[in-house]
Amino acid sequence: MADMAAHSTHPQGFAHQFEDIGQQRDAGRLGMWIFLATEILFFGGMFTAYTIYRELHLAAFETGSRLLEVQFGATNTVVLICSSLTMALAIRAAQTGKKKGTIIFWLILTMILGAAFLGLKLRFEWYHDYVEHIVPGVGFRNRTEWGSLAPQVQMFMCFYFFMTGLHALHMVIGIGILTTLVIMAGRDRFSSEYYAPLEISGLYWHFVDIVWIFLFPLLYLIGGRYTMGGH
Amino acid sequence: MSTANTDLHGAPAGSGVNYLNASYGIKSWLLTTDHKRIGLLYLVVITFNFFVGGTAAVLMRLNLIEPTGALVEPSTYNKLFSIHGIMMVFFFLVPSIPATLGNFLIPLMIGARDVAFPKLNLLSWYVFVAGSLCALVAVLSGGVDTGWTFYTPYSSTYSHGLVVLAALGVFIAGFSSILTGLNFIVTIHKMRAPGMTWFRLPLFIWAMYATSLIFVLGTPVIAITMFLLGLERIFHVGIFDPALGGDPLLFQHLFWFYSHPAVYIMILPGMGVVSELITAFSRKKIFGYTFVAFSSLSIAVISFIVWGHHMFVTGQSIYAGLVFSALSFLVAIPSAIKVFNWTATLYKGSISYQAPMLYALGFIGLFTMGGLTGLFLASLATDVHLNGTYFIVAHFHYIMVGGAVMAYLGGIHFWWPKISGRLYPDLWARFAALVVFIGFNLTFFPQFVLGYLGMPRRYAVYPAEFQVLNVMSSAGASILGVGYLIPLVYLIWSMRYGPPAGPNPWGAKGLEWTTPSPPPTENFEEMPVVTEDAYNYPTAKGGRHG
Amino acid sequence: MMGLLQFGSEARMAAAMIPLQPPSASTISPGVDQLYYLLTGITLFFSVLIFSIIFYFMVKYRRRSDDELPEETHTSMFLELAWTIIPSLICVVLFVWASDLYVRNSRPPAASTEIFVIGKQWMWHIQHPEGPREIDELHVPVGAPVKVTMTSQDVIHDFYIPAFRVKKDVLPGRYTSLWFQPTQTGTFHLFCAQYCGANHSQMIGWVYVMTPADYAAWLATGEKTESMVQEGGELYTRLGCATCHVEEGAGRAPSLVGIYGKEEKLATGETRAVDENLMRQAILDPNSLPLPNYAPIMPTYKGQIDEEQVLELIAYVKSLGPQERNAQ
Repeated sequence: MADMAAHSTHPQGFAHQFEDIGQQRDAGRLGMWIFLATEILFFGGMFTAYTIYRELHLAAFETGSRLLEVQFGATNTVVLICSSLTMALAIRAAQTGKKKGTIIFWLILTMILGAAFLGLKLRFEWYHDYVEHIVPGVGFRNRTEWGSLAPQVQMFMCFYFFMTGLHALHMVIGIGILTTLVIMAGRDRFSSEYYAPLEISGLYWHFVDIVWIFLFPLLYLIGGRYTMGGH
Repeated sequence: MSTANTDLHGAPAGSGVNYLNASYGIKSWLLTTDHKRIGLLYLVVITFNFFVGGTAAVLMRLNLIEPTGALVEPSTYNKLFSIHGIMMVFFFLVPSIPATLGNFLIPLMIGARDVAFPKLNLLSWYVFVAGSLCALVAVLSGGVDTGWTFYTPYSSTYSHGLVVLAALGVFIAGFSSILTGLNFIVTIHKMRAPGMTWFRLPLFIWAMYATSLIFVLGTPVIAITMFLLGLERIFHVGIFDPALGGDPLLFQHLFWFYSHPAVYIMILPGMGVVSELITAFSRKKIFGYTFVAFSSLSIAVISFIVWGHHMFVTGQSIYAGLVFSALSFLVAIPSAIKVFNWTATLYKGSISYQAPMLYALGFIGLFTMGGLTGLFLASLATDVHLNGTYFIVAHFHYIMVGGAVMAYLGGIHFWWPKISGRLYPDLWARFAALVVFIGFNLTFFPQFVLGYLGMPRRYAVYPAEFQVLNVMSSAGASILGVGYLIPLVYLIWSMRYGPPAGPNPWGAKGLEWTTPSPPPTENFEEMPVVTEDAYNYPTAKGGRHG
Repeated sequence: MMGLLQFGSEARMAAAMIPLQPPSASTISPGVDQLYYLLTGITLFFSVLIFSIIFYFMVKYRRRSDDELPEETHTSMFLELAWTIIPSLICVVLFVWASDLYVRNSRPPAASTEIFVIGKQWMWHIQHPEGPREIDELHVPVGAPVKVTMTSQDVIHDFYIPAFRVKKDVLPGRYTSLWFQPTQTGTFHLFCAQYCGANHSQMIGWVYVMTPADYAAWLATGEKTESMVQEGGELYTRLGCATCHVEEGAGRAPSLVGIYGKEEKLATGETRAVDENLMRQAILDPNSLPLPNYAPIMPTYKGQIDEEQVLELIAYVKSLGPQERNAQ
């Protein structure tokens, strides 16, 4: 194999352990899908624990669910779905050979939406919960109306914070990845031939979005607040 | 004596540039992306971890010479067995063959220049070092006393040890496994040389592939389990503590969902090594290649659905017990198939007995015994009596030490000439193998008897009637310890004083043996094209020659 | 089969001389030992088979010169199938044998005496229904079945009597149980077999199996204590249970007469069997078991009574006869 001579004909971003750019792209895609599979198992462990406890302590979990701020959860769901759209548009921009400015525009919009998600969560949900004394381990106070359900209501709130916290951590990492992509785009690294990092990061971003799509109903919507006269 | 090979840079092979001397200095090692160097970096760390865990074991066995405890207080003993388990399982056995031999050999065996993601590979090593450091700090700063199984609510609420730090170490090291597994799967799928079809791959690659499947699918669950345990302990919330509304058995389910497949992470690579050793030292194609390959995959798949056999006496439903028992019998079958195929490979072979082969043969014998004793535990009625006793300890040590560690040593010896470019003194190596074999059996066989007699495990003191068997076991442990130290000496000696090895000192088949010893950084002078099946040793029709 | 039994009895004689097994002191022990011998036999057989074949090949096919070429051999589908199917069949036999034994060993005979055990770091509290309490010791009569119901006050323990071949984890927050029927008098080890902290290896004791006469005498001596049912009855009144759980069933709560062993339908629609675990849950976390037709007004007794008192209450309620309850 004349790999020495082929050096100069490889496109930018080519990594030398591969034979050609096609093999590299395939490998990158497969790698990201496998990584997402590990993430499914990772979140899956917590989803499993949550499901089992919800089965065992349904009344307490419904009580806990009614403590959450549905309007912000719903808004955040819309925000994330829009961010997946902007991410897809960024990839499409690269795919169709648009100027780097277009790519950067969509990437930054995705980052803004991601940051908005985190901002809404931090300020209007978590901080609010802290003030209301329903953050486990940080000044949690049992309320008399919970009665004997109190320990499991606290457990629900544990799961709420662990699961949304883990999700938020993935969002932060995602925004970091997007920052890197913006810098790379700024340096003209992407073209219609080479946009694999965008594609792979897009897979990750969509995955984080999908995790939220599962989290939202499971955590926010099981209290029957609209059917059982709750607030 | 020297071949006409030249390497990438035009220098004569064997005397020229290889991955070891291509660049010097600590930075060239700590910032390397060469899979071969990364394999060696792992080798250093896991050898250190092995001796930490091994020291704990020596102290434990010394203590058990006396029924009243000869050496340490029970609270210290509890820390020793916990440290032994945590270091040996998470920081030695799980990474051992995959991170050292797997990293070194996979690209060589499939005809690639490196793994798919070399920088990720280096990151994996750093992550592993970080996890090992957490565990080491936990050991040195007071220890942890929960056992490697971290059962709640003892670990979440009652233990005064450094549980969070130890759990953090396991959590971090888990990511090293995940990234390594991911790297291997993509490498094996996408970077095989032309002509290297799936069914021409060496069986070591099949075994590593199956192991990597478990790495990526199982490890995240232990990560989340350790994460939840840590959160429970830090924030005093009740996920696994019944006093706060939690379920301690949920912890066990989550824990064993990973930890049972983990034991197959620990044995499958060893089986892959043994397949290579048996065929190389019989100079014969492996018997039943397809069966051995598929048995590796089926073990990986079935390993995920047997975890409940660790919980037969927890008061779970009888039906759950029946299902897990049946599946646990099922998972034994592919391993049996391998043992028979290895044995059949020897038939009409041309067998030589250098140290790697002795380790491989020892593996087959001891793994067979260890595996068969697993049937005692898959059987519900006997497991009730044997669970939580020394029978379990003996069973898993036969497989992990008599199996996995011997395969690991066999592999290190087999590929040492390729890794270092040097030969080690085989007489000493054979002697060490024998010492290990004898020491091992003397240590662990009495423990089967102790278990059936009813001696529970994790006991710092015990009734006097068990003393004779305990002393036998401790005597064996001292012999075993010596057996493990001997290779350390002559392997390090060989790096400087051993005779040069040449590309293929064993006359074995496999792409790794077509390149110089040590290999050049990019593995091959010319990227290979594969035209024949694996293990295509020449045979004589109608009788042996010579 | 006969050969196997023959082998078993010879092994038993050998075992009596070299201790390879604990005493066989319960009705379950011989069955477990028999299965163990079978498994040992299979292990020995296959180990010896593999070892001898390997050894034979090692000698016969050793390399005699460096350039010799081995003879060609071919993969044999017959062999592959044979050594897949035969081990599978052996596994099926073992599974059926072991599972059958296990299922039979799991069901306590109806007339078992009930003993209650509370494990805590690092001792065993044992409560006889007639009243006597023991610590780290269990006296039982020979020849009578005993059902042991257990819970833990702290971490997970495990109640293990090797001579009886019985073992079960002891969990906080719920009851587990095992049963045995001793077949010989004597003194036998009791161990904790689930690591539980600093003094796990000292959480051990003795089981004393006595003749029925000696056992009756033992029960009669010692300090006079009330039976569990009596203690439970006193608690039942003192804690106010009787106020709502009126026996005739006309109160704010259902009558508990004859409730043990029945199926109870909850307000959520699911049906639960009324066993010790459900009764414990009802006492300590009543709102988790809402009933149709009754308001969820029962207070929880968590923190007000200990595990021993819960067991006494349960014993009392169980004693409220298998009479018919008034229909609600």
